This record gives sequence, structure tokens and C-alpha cells, in this order.
Amino acid sequence: MDKNISFTLKVWRQRGPKAKGEFKEYPMKDISGGTSFLEMLDILNEELVGKGEEPIVFDHDCREGICGMCSLYVNGHPHGPEGGVTTCQLFMRKFKDGETITVEPWRSAGFPVIRDLMVDRTAYDTIMQAGGYVSVNTGAPQDANATPISKEIADEAMDSASCIGCGACVAACKNGSAMLFVSAKVSQLAILPQGQVERVRRAKAMVAKMDELGFGNCTNTRACEAECPKNITISNIARLNREFISAKCKD
Amino acid sequence: MWLNNSSIGRKLVMSVTGLALILFLTFHMAMNLVALFSVEGYNMVCEFLGANWYAVVATMGLAALFVIHIVYAFWLTLQNYKARGNDRYAVTDRPKSVEWSSQNMLVLGVIVLLGIGLHLVHFWSKMMLVELTNGKEFVINGNAISPTDGAALIRYTFSQWYNVVLYLIWIAAIWFHLNHGFWSAFQTIGWNNKVWQSRLQTISLWYTTILCLGFAAVVILFGAGIL
Repeated sequence: MDKNISFTLKVWRQRGPKAKGEFKEYPMKDISGGTSFLEMLDILNEELVGKGEEPIVFDHDCREGICGMCSLYVNGHPHGPEGGVTTCQLFMRKFKDGETITVEPWRSAGFPVIRDLMVDRTAYDTIMQAGGYVSVNTGAPQDANATPISKEIADEAMDSASCIGCGACVAACKNGSAMLFVSAKVSQLAILPQGQVERVRRAKAMVAKMDELGFGNCTNTRACEAECPKNITISNIARLNREFISAKCKD
Repeated sequence: MWLNNSSIGRKLVMSVTGLALILFLTFHMAMNLVALFSVEGYNMVCEFLGANWYAVVATMGLAALFVIHIVYAFWLTLQNYKARGNDRYAVTDRPKSVEWSSQNMLVLGVIVLLGIGLHLVHFWSKMMLVELTNGKEFVINGNAISPTDGAALIRYTFSQWYNVVLYLIWIAAIWFHLNHGFWSAFQTIGWNNKVWQSRLQTISLWYTTILCLGFAAVVILFGAGIL
């Protein structure tokens, strides 16, 4: 059994996008180490509701690390101090008794705060709509063996495709750059035969949309890959740079 | 033009100018090393790179590279600052795999720039500038120093201890700046993958260390009065 811990939770509270936010402290008592970070917030919210206060607003959905909805900047790290997990997979046993845990929303011009810890990440959807897809011809289905793909390529594409679009890369980046996300989304299609038709157009359109939405310029600090809950590497960014530069040179 | 109005284009400009400047530093260091072996040889290099037309053209090209690199640096940093939003994190922590220098390139760059200013006053203004403007030769203790007598200028500059300290700080800042800049430039061009990441970072470390040791050797050996 995990030990129970008591700690102080310092949470960013902000009424709305335009409102001025501030930190509020909440003492937490006897929380089991087996409680997930989001369950711990649920417990706090139950208490707040019981006292007639406004509960803390935060994003969450699947709570098993695949949907990319949860966020939270915990003690200076997106998705908390543990590597390779999302906030919903973070457990209270990773924290010490008596600690002060600071919880902040993603902070980036591209992701404005909606309320408390919830930020607007529609910018990522807009980037995807700009070219993060493949066109499929309708009609009779193609023969399954018509486009063979090597194991290495399939693995590489799968690694890129594991990006859940949570926005931790932007949150971690001192430049507010979305390059890790965009590069993963471009890579997963650029190396597969199915993605070749729109390959050149995709790289240009997605980068243009990313720039337009106010994300910063990548300076290769590698903070994104260190904090990515899915361990996406910056080799994707190198590939996106290649794709983009060669696409522009062809023009 | 996509080199201006796309993030990757702007980064490419930084990357290519940066690599060209590293190449310049490599030549510069190699020529400095001549001074360690032969004062006459070094002064021959000084004469060759004096106010001859090819040296002047190359200097102007070099100045352009510096200006572009610096202007883009401030431009990109300003955009990146804005992209961060108005509210800042209360708590931040640097993951182990993130180099300190990578997050402080502008600060390091400003230190390097101040060093360049000092360096131009110490050497360029007393060498090429004198030749170009037919100006007064620099006088040390009543002796006029010929604009092509680089070795005498080195000896004079580093006979003052504070210049040795300032130059060593400058070289250290260059080391930090290049250590990130070198591999980062290749990453931006797109010449990188999972295998080359560690290779490039290792090459980066060795290359910049050898480069900076070469520069530091001249400063220290002349500063200590050994040469």
C-alpha cells in the first residue's frame, strides 16, 4: 500500500480569458499515494463544491494517457515531473509529504486560458485542418498488398503517430513553438506511401498555419522532447525542416 | 520571400549565416596559430590580409554575415517572447537533456558581440582601418607600429592582464554559443535524425573545444610572456 501524504496545492485560478488570474493555496490532507493527480483534483473539487465554492476547471477525458485532453504544468513540468506520462497517469506517490505543488495552465500565446487550468487548444485542430490528412479515393477498395511498407518505416511512422496533440511541447518551449507537434504530424504521413500525394503541399500549409497562429520559432532547445508524454523526438523536427526547405526550393 | 515570412525560413538564415561564421572562426584560429610558431609568418599573413581588395571585399561580406545573423537573432527572439504569452510560469525547471546554452543564446551572443567590438578596437582599427584611411599608425612607447605588424599588436594587447581576462571570458562565451549553435545549425537545415543527433552533438563539442583552445592558446601564451 502506498503511504498517505499531506501537501499544499498552489493552483492558478482565473475566472475567464480576459480576467486577471492569481494563485490560490489549498491544504490537502491524507491523500493516498495511489491516487492519480486528476483524482486528487476531483477530491479537492468535491470539497470545494461541498463548501459552496467554485470548483477548479481543468481538461480531462480518457484518463488513460491516449486522448491528449489533460494538461497542467506541475512543478515546472508539463504533465508533471515524471517522464513519458500524461497528467492522468501521474500518481501522488511521486510527491513528497509536506511539499508545495504548483499547478499552472499551459502558458503560450497560441493557447489562451479559458478558465483556471483549461486552455484553448483549437489552434492544433486548425493546423491539422490545414493539411494533416490524406485524401482517399472512393470506389472499390485497393488490394491490401498493393502498397508494401517495410517494418522500419512502419515503426518510424508509428512513433511519430503516437503524438496525442496535448500541447506539452508548446507548454515546455521557451519560444512557444509548436514544431514538435507539427513535425510529428507531417512525419507520420511523409514517410508512408499514402502520404506522398499531398507531401509538398502539406509541409508548406501546416507550417504556414502554425506561423499564422502565433507560435514561436524553434531554437532547438530540446525541451519539447524532454517533456513529451509520448517521447516524440526532435528527429521529426529535422525531417519537417527538410520537407519544408525542399518544398520551398522546388517553387 | 519564404526566408523572411516563415519560421523555418528565418531559422535557415540563422543556421546558414551561423555556419559561415564558424567557418570564418576556423580560418581565423588557424591563422592565429601561425603566431605561435613564427612571428614573421604571422606578419606575412597580416600583410596578405591587409587593405588588399580581396581582403576588403571579404571583410565586407563577413560584416554582412554578422549583421544578418544579429538582426535575425533579435527579430526571432522578439517573436518568440511574444509567442510565450503575457503570463509567465511561476515555477520552471530545466530538464537534464536541455543545454543551458541553448536557452541563453541571445545573452551569449550579446557577450560575443561586445567582445567583437573590443577586438575591432584592439586590432582591426590599428591594422586594416589605418591602411584604408591612410590614418596614423598606432604608437606604443614612442614606437610607431606598422599596420601589418600583427605580432607586435598581439604582444602589446596581451601584456595588459585585463585584456587577457576579457578575451578569455569572450572565448568562453563563444564556446557556449557555438556548442549549441553548431549542431543546431545542422538540425535546422534538416541534416539530422535519431542516429546523427548524438554524433552531431559530439562533433559540436569537439570542434568548438578545439577551436576555442586554439584561440585561448594565443591569448594565454602571449599573456604569460612565453612568446
